[in-house]
Amino acid sequence: MKLHHKLKTFNIGGVHPDDQKLSAGIAISPLPLPKVVTIPIIQHIGAPAKIIVQRGDMVKTGQIVAIHEGFVSSNIHTSVSGRIGVIEEVMDSSGFKHIAISIRIKGDEWEESIDQTDTLVEEINLEPKEIVSRIMEAGVVGMGGAAFPSHVKLSVPEGKHVDYLLINGVECEPYLTADHRLMLEKPKEIIVGIKILMKALGVTKAIIGIEDNKHNAVELFKELLKNETGITVEALEVQYPQGGEKQLIQALLNREVPSGGLPSDVGVIVHNVGTTFAIYEAVQKNKPLIERVVTVTGKSVKQPSNFLVRIGTPVIDLLIAAGGVPEDTGKIVGGGPMMGKAIADLDVPIAKGTSGILLIPKEESTRAEIYNCVHCGKCIEACPMGLEPYHLLILSKKGNSQRAKEEHILDCIECGSCSFVCPSNRPILDYIRLGKTQIRKPKKA
Amino acid sequence: MSTGLLTVSPSPHVHTELTVPQIMRGVIFAMIPALAFSIYNFGLGSLYVTSLAVIFCVAIEYAIAKYLLNKPASIYNGSAIITGMLLAFNVPSNLPWYIILIGSAVAIGIGKMSFGGLGNNPFNPALVGRVFLLLSFPVAMTSWPIVGATWSLDAVTSATPLGILKEGMRAGENVDALMSKMPSYTDFFFGLQGGSLGEMSAFALLLGLIYMLYRRIITWHIPVSMIFTVAIMTGIFWLINPARYASPLFHVLTGGVMLGAVFMATDYVTSPFTHRGMIIFGVGIGVLTVLIRLFGSYPEGVSFAILIMNAFVPMINKFAKEPRYGVVKEKAKRQ
Repeated sequence: MKLHHKLKTFNIGGVHPDDQKLSAGIAISPLPLPKVVTIPIIQHIGAPAKIIVQRGDMVKTGQIVAIHEGFVSSNIHTSVSGRIGVIEEVMDSSGFKHIAISIRIKGDEWEESIDQTDTLVEEINLEPKEIVSRIMEAGVVGMGGAAFPSHVKLSVPEGKHVDYLLINGVECEPYLTADHRLMLEKPKEIIVGIKILMKALGVTKAIIGIEDNKHNAVELFKELLKNETGITVEALEVQYPQGGEKQLIQALLNREVPSGGLPSDVGVIVHNVGTTFAIYEAVQKNKPLIERVVTVTGKSVKQPSNFLVRIGTPVIDLLIAAGGVPEDTGKIVGGGPMMGKAIADLDVPIAKGTSGILLIPKEESTRAEIYNCVHCGKCIEACPMGLEPYHLLILSKKGNSQRAKEEHILDCIECGSCSFVCPSNRPILDYIRLGKTQIRKPKKA
Repeated sequence: MSTGLLTVSPSPHVHTELTVPQIMRGVIFAMIPALAFSIYNFGLGSLYVTSLAVIFCVAIEYAIAKYLLNKPASIYNGSAIITGMLLAFNVPSNLPWYIILIGSAVAIGIGKMSFGGLGNNPFNPALVGRVFLLLSFPVAMTSWPIVGATWSLDAVTSATPLGILKEGMRAGENVDALMSKMPSYTDFFFGLQGGSLGEMSAFALLLGLIYMLYRRIITWHIPVSMIFTVAIMTGIFWLINPARYASPLFHVLTGGVMLGAVFMATDYVTSPFTHRGMIIFGVGIGVLTVLIRLFGSYPEGVSFAILIMNAFVPMINKFAKEPRYGVVKEKAKRQ
């Protein structure tokens, strides 16, 4: 009999959507180069980068094309070699129009300074400050979805003491398997990445949190970390939204980030495994963030896949490589089904934060009939922040920002658990988002 | 390659299977064991009364929605069927049709639709109908057919165990003597006792409870807190004076405690949102039920207790909140 001990998890709220990891067994394969890439100059939280190339310029793969403006911003590099085309506003995966640089591809000539080989480089020669500036130069941002510039996270404010680095390998979004595959195929690189982060932060303890539906990844890391001190791996009970930064901190360390605060307030910094790999490449291989793993999946997709994709590749190229767009497609989501954004057309480029492309069949793509709130309390049960989503909906609908703020609407992490679980199909999160904007931009009289 | 028009909507893009109509269907399934036991015990009268109540409730809700409110018919979510069944569960199985009609009209018309339909009513509609009937037709509402003797629609009537107890105590008898006149606890558990149509069989009601817990339609908080409160309170009185007060087991297995705890108090709309609130609510119902049973003029008090606690639900919701993330640390920081 297998000894069964209770796995850790967060202890407020949570839901259990069907996990549908269709592509978990499919190895990462490089997507053939597209003809044109479109690279938005804002793919991250913060200020857009400033363009330093002109139409007609020839660029090499990995060359910087836009420089960060201010500290909370990120460098943008070209992911291909070729000629700069039009620089204009395009619709990106956020659904908004942003300035983007299009590049017509010629060959695949890389910047000489980038180490393109697969050799594992374990020795970390850079000093902490140099590590952070290298990460900033390489344009690394959080690859779990939020795309927050990584160098900002690594610059812990004066007076705060960080004692734990948490590595987020939870991938709690249904369908997505990009992080899972990366953990299986590049575990040694990820471990070096963790050591780089530990050195940069000056911490001695790191935990990799992985949900137990990726048991093979847990076992693999356990094996590789046998002789390591300081780095451990923890299998977590499968529960959404465990990959939320606050939830992961609660699950692994039983610490709670104060309302309105940051993880560093409780001595923790969290990085996603994808980001950790990108940091390995940036620091050890001098390679900027120009490609990422993207899961292409959906119930009707012919070949659910995990592709290594150059940033800026149009979505349509990924769909063709995965066997085409199924007839019954009703919605295409950039990211997972719980927090991803629906995209309006197939030319939208893959960005640094795009972890997956999910195709949803027509019959599941529209919302069902809405009933009155029946006071079942399931949204409260589900909310990982312990809020009262039904109440926030009412307050937002009435435009009562003051009360909504008192009910801590700004604590909402927009995980969607309330809307997911509502038996009356009420658009709870839609109204909560509205309520949050009402607070941030007060109505003009 | 063209996909036609794509739907664009905010996340989440998936939704749980458990929607309102499915929940209502689940509750109806959960009531079937109790109904089956009732038919077994009281004969076709149970089926007749239940069918009539359901038909009346659905028809009245349809008519009100369509002709008075000019709204699309709201009957398809199944909640009117549940109100009808619960109303029937709370009345004798030999109730005349016109009383059922009046009860249904009050339950749906006043109890539910006057507030705006499903989700807006402060009081449990079936209980509003039931209490209205109890006050308006006290004789018909307290003449229960004898168990097992009735495969015809007009039959001999008997009192409930709680009725026997109350009358006996008033007449100055002691509990042990009264108990000897009543069925055994095993009979109580399986439902071989007089009473309203759906309330007698604790066993059948527990089957329903287990099903609803398994389907995650309800949580344990209300039923458990209510039943425990009744047991503990009556237990204290029983320990003080067993000749004056009946045993906790008697109080849990007779009357409407099980029906109330499983189906009436757990009504989403009229119970609190949070688990903490649900426990306060369940305890409150338990306390009021025992007070009415032991010291009130009615032999049974579950309906009144639930309706009274329904009135406190908005207040409970205001104060009984779940712990929020990040609050402990906030407090620690301020100190």
